[in-house]
Amino acid sequence: MSLTDLTIAQAGAKLAAKEISAVELTAAHNAAVAALNPRLNAFITTTPEFALEQAKTADATIAAGKAGPLTGIPLAIKDLFCTEGVRTTAASKILEPFIPPYESTVTAQLKAAGAVFLGKANLDEFAMGSSNITSGYGPVENPWKRNGSDAKLVPGGSSGGSAAAVAARMALGATGTDTGGSIRQPASFTGLAGIKPTYGRCSRFGIIAFASSLDQAGPMARTVEDCAIMLGAMSGFDAKDSTSAERLVPDFRAAAARSVKGLRIGIPTEYRADGMSTEIAALWEKGVAWLREQGAEIVDISLPHTKYGLPVYYIVAPAEASSNLARYDGVRFGKRVDGEDLIDMYERTRAAGFGAEVKRRIMIGTYVLSHGYYDAYYLRAQKIRALMLRDFTLAFDKVDAILTPTAPSAAFGLGEKMADPVTMYLNDVFTVPASLAGVPAMSVPAGLSAEGLPLGLQIIGKHFDEETVLAVSAAIERAANFTAKPSLMAGGAN
Amino acid sequence: MGYMLEGSTGAWEIVVGLEIHAQVISKSKLFSGASATYGGAPNAHVSFVDAGFPGMLPVINQECVAQAVRTGLGLQAQINLMSRFDRKNYFYADLPNGYQISQFAHPIVGTGVVEIELQDGSIKHIGITRLHLEQDAGKSMHDQHPSKSVIDLNRAGVALMEIVSEPDIRSPEEAGAYVRKIRQILRYLGTCDGNMEEGSMRADVNVSVRKPGEAFRTRCEIKNVNSVRFVMHAVEAEAQRQISVWESGGEVVQETRLYDPARGETRSMRSKEDAHDYRYFPEPDLLPLVLDEAWMAKLKSNLPELPDEKRRRFCAQYGITFYDAGVLVADQTTADFYESVAKGRDARLAANWVSGDFFAALNRTGTSIETSPVSAAALGELLDLIGDKTINGRIAKDVFELMVETGKMPGAIVEEKGLRQVTDTGAIEAAVAAVLAANPDKVAEYKSGKDKLFGFFVGQVMKATQGKGNPALVNEIVKAQLG
Repeated sequence: MSLTDLTIAQAGAKLAAKEISAVELTAAHNAAVAALNPRLNAFITTTPEFALEQAKTADATIAAGKAGPLTGIPLAIKDLFCTEGVRTTAASKILEPFIPPYESTVTAQLKAAGAVFLGKANLDEFAMGSSNITSGYGPVENPWKRNGSDAKLVPGGSSGGSAAAVAARMALGATGTDTGGSIRQPASFTGLAGIKPTYGRCSRFGIIAFASSLDQAGPMARTVEDCAIMLGAMSGFDAKDSTSAERLVPDFRAAAARSVKGLRIGIPTEYRADGMSTEIAALWEKGVAWLREQGAEIVDISLPHTKYGLPVYYIVAPAEASSNLARYDGVRFGKRVDGEDLIDMYERTRAAGFGAEVKRRIMIGTYVLSHGYYDAYYLRAQKIRALMLRDFTLAFDKVDAILTPTAPSAAFGLGEKMADPVTMYLNDVFTVPASLAGVPAMSVPAGLSAEGLPLGLQIIGKHFDEETVLAVSAAIERAANFTAKPSLMAGGAN
Repeated sequence: MGYMLEGSTGAWEIVVGLEIHAQVISKSKLFSGASATYGGAPNAHVSFVDAGFPGMLPVINQECVAQAVRTGLGLQAQINLMSRFDRKNYFYADLPNGYQISQFAHPIVGTGVVEIELQDGSIKHIGITRLHLEQDAGKSMHDQHPSKSVIDLNRAGVALMEIVSEPDIRSPEEAGAYVRKIRQILRYLGTCDGNMEEGSMRADVNVSVRKPGEAFRTRCEIKNVNSVRFVMHAVEAEAQRQISVWESGGEVVQETRLYDPARGETRSMRSKEDAHDYRYFPEPDLLPLVLDEAWMAKLKSNLPELPDEKRRRFCAQYGITFYDAGVLVADQTTADFYESVAKGRDARLAANWVSGDFFAALNRTGTSIETSPVSAAALGELLDLIGDKTINGRIAKDVFELMVETGKMPGAIVEEKGLRQVTDTGAIEAAVAAVLAANPDKVAEYKSGKDKLFGFFVGQVMKATQGKGNPALVNEIVKAQLG
């Protein structure tokens, strides 16, 4: 088996057994990146030499018998995580010249665990998008193709570069961030597993903020177990993030191996959205059957405020973003376009630095927070958000986890769904509720569409119960036995 | 009828409410570990959090919270066990994040009250609406470069307490007394140094005028007034301006104004139409601030004695007047100085000496209690020398001047200069006899009924003894010899 086609668990075992070296493993991935990135554009910045340095250190750690499960594992890092000394852009032109003098907590923990960083993965600008077409550094191409078609498809977003990199075997795993579905939807579009943990599970320190009350880091990988391994290293309380939770990090890897026998799985009526494709509906039914076969009890539940999820999300997230992005003013870092006076400099800098989608969301956010509109929009949205949280709390009195589709469709083509922004926003319809409630949710590949594209199912759990989410996801994974591979990948398609 | 301004249409009442911004005394800033000390090279005390770098997050400084709670307790105010931070959004070059973290809807301290004393000795209560915590901004400097402004972020992120009063103030004098009282309380508590020149305390003054008995009229806010005197002047100047606007048939428009001390007038800064829409919303990077009752109780029990309390105690314990007590509690150092002088001594005499000769000497020499050549122990020793009749009150004044000059202890000065008072009856009798013998005509006048010449004889005897004669003894012997 090719080195780039291993899972993290397999690679870890081979490294520990000294069958392979971290340098070999990294070199193979560097080569894959060099070969495929010009086509897929999954990375904004690649750091092959830096990766080899880290790999050498990892080999020394392994030789000293001090290796952990991530020692020497090559990863892609979403370019929203600040990395010390390595350019960090948030896929925005406004941060084109920005090299952070500090490291995000999540990447610092991954580094401390011995992981190797191949480079900074592309994304939608400031993580605002569901297709990776809003990147200031060009769109990412999905390595998957429709049967018999060479049309370029989107990898989903905003963690589209991370998704494409892992799917195309350019990295064994990747960090993502998820604000309304930015890990789960691209995972679904590229045949990967990806988990958005509970809000507060991973520190947000050093992650460029999009919507502070929603942003969460999480892993994307080719198996549930790999996600569990990465999540273990990424999680934990951080005194530098007041919203991070003071909780012990459980053994996620062990949890992913648990049985689902006796678990109660909720099926929310409201997710049977109007116009759900028969393909997605059938996949969901399959998921239900798989879990029942493995001993889970299926329970119909109601999450009555689900239909308000998208409108609430598209008020709360832009409101916070409009404030979070005020700091990009050309004064202290990043791009500056000089002007006649201070205001003129702000206007020129932000006009040149931000793309259309970012500007749109800043305007929406500014509008909903404005005097006279705050109560009607932001305040009301917060009230409904509280009701949505209550929906989940009540549901979790009856069930241990909830099963839904991840996205309403398979990956779509570059240039499709571009008619108006709202069509694009509909991609998030199934993922947004868990984000608003702050509960953990994972997408796991469950099958292929009629056109041969991957489709994911979403498992939603209770606050800080990622363990059950991982166990249920692993059960789906076992049953689905998803072995399909993308057309474009290191070593060629099989 | 209280303070009124006379206009062409009759008397006008002034209505004033103040927002005092007080910089919190703390080692580090409100949401970062950077030093909160004043000064330093430009941009030397700036963390990535203060500079608003991508991915940086605020973390609340517990000491700043404690300082706000202490201040709330000192203002006899309601402490809110749950408060919350909000973002106040606006663009400015010295506001790195593009928003200020403040408390809008749920401040940490609610309503309280402050007692002020006026010139005529009357006491008035001024209501406190709220106190909230917020970040200070950086400093823009427009005079360092011909075409560019430069920014110093040392101050950015330093904790401020905004103390908002009710519109209870009715005269410039009350406004001044209120600011001084707040400053006194803050200094006693050690929560703000109250230094208005360095900008660590500044006031926004809201002024309106009305005819007696009317509802409030439109107010204007005068921003960033930086001395007690200017607060008083600004109130007066703004009130006069508004009266002339109303009386000339115009209408006062709500706006933000600046006070120009050089011209003694206020001028428009921005109108309501240009006012920022701050787009307040709850700060998502911080959890609600929840105070632990036990922690708060501990802060309360460690609170120092505050000026009003101390003043009442001084009156009761030392038998001094309310006025004198007020002077002595003006600041903690003076009060402590007085108490160590008064301890175990004649407390009224101590009060007279401290607020009289001692303060005069400080003024004259431009020193403070901390730098004064006369320590509390030295002044106490001087009082002891008077008490045990080693020296009399007149000599004591001379000794005190020598203490100020030389920094020596009074006992040493008395010995060195031979200033011990003469209590030797024989010596005084001889001196009295000599004075009477030298002034036969005066003696005759006295005996014929000119009683007030008695003082003349005493004075002459004191002069002959270089002031060292025990005054009581001198009196007694002069009386006896004049027969």
